[in-house]
Amino acid sequence: MNFSKKSMRLAGALLGTMLLGGVFAGCGGGGNEAKSDEIKIGANFEMTGNVANYGNATLEGLKLAIKETNDAGGINGKKIKLIEVDNKSEASESVNAATKLISDDKVKLIVGPAVTANVIAESQVATDSKVPVLAPDATSPAVTVENGQVKDFIFRSCFIDPQQGDVMAKFAVDNLKAKTAVIYIDNSSDYSKSLGQVFKEKFEAAGGTVVMQEAFLQKDQDFKAALTKIKTANADVIFIPAYYEEVGKIVKQARELGITQPLLGTDGWDDFKVADIAGADALNNTFFSTHYSDKDESVKAFIDAYNKEYKHAPNVFAALGYDAGKLLVDAIKRAGGDDPVKIKDALEATKDLQVGTGIITMDKNHNPIKQAVILENKGGDRVMVAKIMPEAE
Amino acid sequence: MELSQQLLQQLINGISLGSIYALIALGYTMIYGIIKLINFAHGDIYMVGAYVGFFAITQAQVSILPALLISMVVTGLLGMLVEKLAYKPLRHAPRISILITAIGVSFFLEYASMYFVSPTPRTFPEVIDNVAFHVGDLVINGQQLLILGITVVLMAILTYIVQKTKLGKAMRAASFDTETAQLMGVNADQVISFTFVIGSSLAAVAGVLVGVYYNSIDPLMGIMPGLKAFVAAVLGGIGILPGAVVGGLVLGVIEALVSGFISSTFRDAAAFAILILVLLFKPSGLFGKNTNEKV
Repeated sequence: MNFSKKSMRLAGALLGTMLLGGVFAGCGGGGNEAKSDEIKIGANFEMTGNVANYGNATLEGLKLAIKETNDAGGINGKKIKLIEVDNKSEASESVNAATKLISDDKVKLIVGPAVTANVIAESQVATDSKVPVLAPDATSPAVTVENGQVKDFIFRSCFIDPQQGDVMAKFAVDNLKAKTAVIYIDNSSDYSKSLGQVFKEKFEAAGGTVVMQEAFLQKDQDFKAALTKIKTANADVIFIPAYYEEVGKIVKQARELGITQPLLGTDGWDDFKVADIAGADALNNTFFSTHYSDKDESVKAFIDAYNKEYKHAPNVFAALGYDAGKLLVDAIKRAGGDDPVKIKDALEATKDLQVGTGIITMDKNHNPIKQAVILENKGGDRVMVAKIMPEAE
Repeated sequence: MELSQQLLQQLINGISLGSIYALIALGYTMIYGIIKLINFAHGDIYMVGAYVGFFAITQAQVSILPALLISMVVTGLLGMLVEKLAYKPLRHAPRISILITAIGVSFFLEYASMYFVSPTPRTFPEVIDNVAFHVGDLVINGQQLLILGITVVLMAILTYIVQKTKLGKAMRAASFDTETAQLMGVNADQVISFTFVIGSSLAAVAGVLVGVYYNSIDPLMGIMPGLKAFVAAVLGGIGILPGAVVGGLVLGVIEALVSGFISSTFRDAAAFAILILVLLFKPSGLFGKNTNEKV
């Protein structure tokens, strides 16, 4: 998810840049005359390449939010024009896309890309041109903060990795009454390592003990040796912050070895492949944090609208793209115009805004304070067992 | 769990992992034995085998045995094709050229598959009931026993073919000295083709069984097992069939013990450290005889 979110952010940024480019072009006159009744927003997304799934889904969600706004009359009579650029899932292309959006299309804001690395790649050029970037799904803390300094023009609209570690530690202690835990991480992923670290800190701060830490590598097939060792620890819960492919195999093999304890995870588990690989029975008694539940009443409006528009159900990336769209519309409204610096100030001041998957307040590090939901896999279905508000930093 | 119980469980884990390495290593070692080529594409042939089995089961709706056979035939033909197109033209070239070609074939198979079947992992349907046997705290599952059984049976059949049949005699002759064998009336090209067919269909068996056992396949699944099988083949003595099986099992057990009693992050390091140690101290492997290499 870390990677995907990053990509999505980048893509969003490109998109934003494109839109902004359009606006500027209009103001500047010449062959590319902008209409004064348009606000150009750029979308810089991974439309092709290895994380195209993430980029395209986010873009669909974003477009839906923009369409809803335009259909309702736009912002103060002005329609939003989305200019889309493909960054081919590459960091260098992300920079090119952002540059094009800013200098050719004169967009006022860039949404995307999806994955962290691509957002980070474009942040310098956007900052230099004073064009705000809104990343819909990049969850790494490094996206908005560099060497302890908040990046002025870079924002995100999803929660950050450490928050999930925090949420799951609280859930383990409060809801599952866990006293001991084993952490089993993917040593080849920063996402997994940082989540493991935060979980350990928070779990121990809440009085629990982490009795064992084990690691695997991406693409591993056989986890039984480490799981046999983990079984001997006999801990109350096992925390596995990882991506769906390995998670599916780990859950399957853990249950085969007779590990019956609750297994906990994070939004990397939010893919139906996990159930395909592990099987519904093995998945019972597992819990993971994610961005929303499709059974939550407040999310229903978004899911229905999305189904109507695209004839298929949204995934988590589409939902986050939609949230980013809602967030930018709100900011432009409050900015009272399309000046990028004013939009930036408005983004900073976002407070208690209802978006598709929850309520967002922007914190001082440009990260939204947003609830996470915890889903339980039960008999082949997913049941929402808790909504937890992370503490603001 | 008692320490002794834990040790036994790790041995079971190690043997089941090792029997997969052994199955892949058999093909590796056989091809090396005949034409002295380390066929780096072998791991990717194994991946193709898994996909053929997968499509046979999901698209053609066949059960596991026909799926295995279909996969063996298709993958065997692929192996033959690779040999004809990529290796045969280089038979008299320096050995390094053919080795580099093997690496090229490996990448070609990986990325062509990625293009045709997409990089998304596929989930195998459950075609063999997975029965778990509990002995005290120990857990052995049916699929683990099946994989081990198939490995041992295939090793026995192969050894029989190589040692007792006319074709095997031709293989051994070609392996000893291709040109002289040809002068004696052995059709070396045919023998080499046949070796690739057998080696590749063994890889196909491994691919399908791994798909069933781990329940997930993807276009890059052959890389690590391919390398590990290479280590297993070297450990057992490359070119020697029982050596490949013993090497695979020993490697699997060592990996399980390292993961279980030291740290899972050292597991791969341990596997490749074994390769280095074997090459340094007993390059001919556990079962190898020290012979003067003819250069």
